[in-house]
Amino acid sequence: MEAFLIITAIKLAVILGVFMTTLAYLQWVERKVIAHVQVRMGPSRVGPHGLLQPLADVIKLITKEGVMPPHVNKFFYLLAPFLAVFMALICISIVPFGTSLTVPAFTIGGVAYGPYTTMMELADINTGVLFILAVSSLGVYGIALAGWSSNNKYSLLGGLRSSAQMISYELPLSLALAAPLLSAGTLNLRGIVDAQGGFYLGFIPRWAIFEMPFPQIISFIIFMIAAFAETNRIPFDLPEAENELVAGFHVEYSSMGFAAFFMAEYANMVTVCSVATLLFLGGWHPLWPESLGSNLFAPVLMFLTGAICVYHGLNPARPFDRITLPVFGVVFFALAGGLAFRPTVPIVMPIFWFVAKLSFLLFVFIWIRATLPRFRYDQLMGFAWKFLFPLALANLLVTGFLVALFA
Amino acid sequence: MELFFFSLFAFLAVLCGINVVLQHHPISSALSLVGVMGSLAMLYLGLGAEFIAMAQIIVYAGAIMVLFIFVIMLLNAGTETGRGKASWTAHLLGAPALIALFVLLCLFSTRWFPNSESVKFGDFTGGGAQQIGYALFTDYLLPFEVTSVLILIAIIGAIVLARKEID
Repeated sequence: MEAFLIITAIKLAVILGVFMTTLAYLQWVERKVIAHVQVRMGPSRVGPHGLLQPLADVIKLITKEGVMPPHVNKFFYLLAPFLAVFMALICISIVPFGTSLTVPAFTIGGVAYGPYTTMMELADINTGVLFILAVSSLGVYGIALAGWSSNNKYSLLGGLRSSAQMISYELPLSLALAAPLLSAGTLNLRGIVDAQGGFYLGFIPRWAIFEMPFPQIISFIIFMIAAFAETNRIPFDLPEAENELVAGFHVEYSSMGFAAFFMAEYANMVTVCSVATLLFLGGWHPLWPESLGSNLFAPVLMFLTGAICVYHGLNPARPFDRITLPVFGVVFFALAGGLAFRPTVPIVMPIFWFVAKLSFLLFVFIWIRATLPRFRYDQLMGFAWKFLFPLALANLLVTGFLVALFA
Repeated sequence: MELFFFSLFAFLAVLCGINVVLQHHPISSALSLVGVMGSLAMLYLGLGAEFIAMAQIIVYAGAIMVLFIFVIMLLNAGTETGRGKASWTAHLLGAPALIALFVLLCLFSTRWFPNSESVKFGDFTGGGAQQIGYALFTDYLLPFEVTSVLILIAIIGAIVLARKEID
C-alpha cells in the first residue's frame, strides 16, 4: 500500500512535469511550424531559436494584471477557466503510454525493498474510453460559462457557438470511436492497445486502421475531423473567430484566466491525439516487426538528426548557429545512445513509438491550422449532421456486421 | 473508505438538489442540477456500476444539461423577478408537512421491506459494459426495443413540430 502510494506520487510528478512542459513547448512548435509554412522566422529573440519563448510567455501571463470587468457574473467568471483547464488536464491520467516498468529489488540501510512493477499510466480503469468521452463532454461547461458570465455579446455568441458545435460533433466522434471498440471487445485503453499487437503476413501491423475484416480508416478520418471541432481548432474555431467575435468566449479574460483557456486548448489537443493513437494507430506497437529491425529505427533517426545539426553548425547560415546547432547535435546523439542502450530498449522503445505517433498527429493539427481557412457557421453544422453523422453510422453498421460475420 | 465517499457524495447530491430550488437564476439552478448528476454518478461508481456511472455523466451532465444551458443562454433568461411573498399557509404548515411526509416514508419503507439487507459496497462486479450489454440483449430485450421505439416517436414528433414552425 505504501509502495503503491509512493510509486503513484512519483509517476504523478513525472507525468505532470512532462505534460506541462509539452503544453508550453507545443505552442512554441506551433508558432515555429506555422512561421516556416508561411516563410517567416517565427519566435527567435528569446533564447537560441526562440527556445525560451514559452518561459517568457508564462512569466508575462503570470505577472499581468488580472482585470475583472464590472459587468460580469463574478462567481461563474472565476469558475469557468478552472472548469475548462481541470477537465482538459484530468484526461491524461488514464492514457497508457507504454508497457510496464520493473524496478529490481534493492536494499537501503539494511532494509530490503522488493521488486516493484508498475504500469506506465496513472490509472487503469475498465471504462477508459467512456471516461474520456464523459470528461470531454463536461469540458464544454467551461467555455459556455465563460461566454455567458462575461456578459458581453461577442463572448455570449462564442459560448453559444461552442456548445452547439461540441454537441453536434460529439455524435460522429462517439460513433467513430465505437467502431474499433467492436473488434477490440473492451473499453479498457490498455486492452484496446493489446488487441492491436502482432502483424498480418509478418509485416502489416494489426492496428485498427489496417484491421482485416474492415479497415477502420474511415472512422479514423471521421474521428480526426470531429476532434478538430471538439478542440475548437482551425478550420472549426468558430467560437473564437477573430474577425467576427474578436476572440469569442475569452474576450474578457486576461492574465491567468486567459492562460487557463489557452492551456486547456493544447491539453485537449494532446488528449484527442493520444486517444487516436491508442484506438486507431496501435498505441506503442511499432510500424514493422522487431525482426525487420524496428528497434534500429529510433536510434538511426536520432543519429541522423544529430548529424544534420552538426553539419549545419559547421556551415552556419547565421552566426549564432555555430554554437547552438552543435549543442543540439550532441543532445540528439545522446538520445540515439539512450534508445540503442540494450537493457532499456524494452521500456524506452514503446514510449518512443507512442510519442512518435502522438507527435505526428499533433503536427497534422498544426499543419492544418497553417493551411486551411475557417468554415462558415452553417457549413460547419451542415457538415456534421448531413455528412459526418450518417457516414459514421454507416461505418459502424458495416463494421458490426463484418465483425459478427468473421469473429 | 467507501462509507466516506458515499456520505460525501450523498451529502453533495442533496445539497445541490436543494440549491436547484433555492437559486434565483436559471443558470445557477441548471449547474446545481449538473452537480446532482455528477454526485449520483459517483454513487453508482461506489456501488460498482462503472458503465452506468459513465453513461450517467455522458448522457445527463454532458448532453442533456448542456442543451438546457444552451437554451437558457439562447433565450438570455434573466433572474427570477416576480417572486411574490409565500402565503401564510405555506409558512405555517410547510415544515410540519415536510416532517410528516418524511416520517410516513420511513414508516412505509420499514413496513413494506421489513427485513431488507443494507447496501454493501465493493462486492458487486456485474456493472461492466459487457454484463450490461448482455442483460440488455437477453433478459431485457423487449423493454429495450420498446424504449427505442418510444424515443423514435419522440424524434418524429419533434420534427413534425419544428416543420410547422418553419412552414
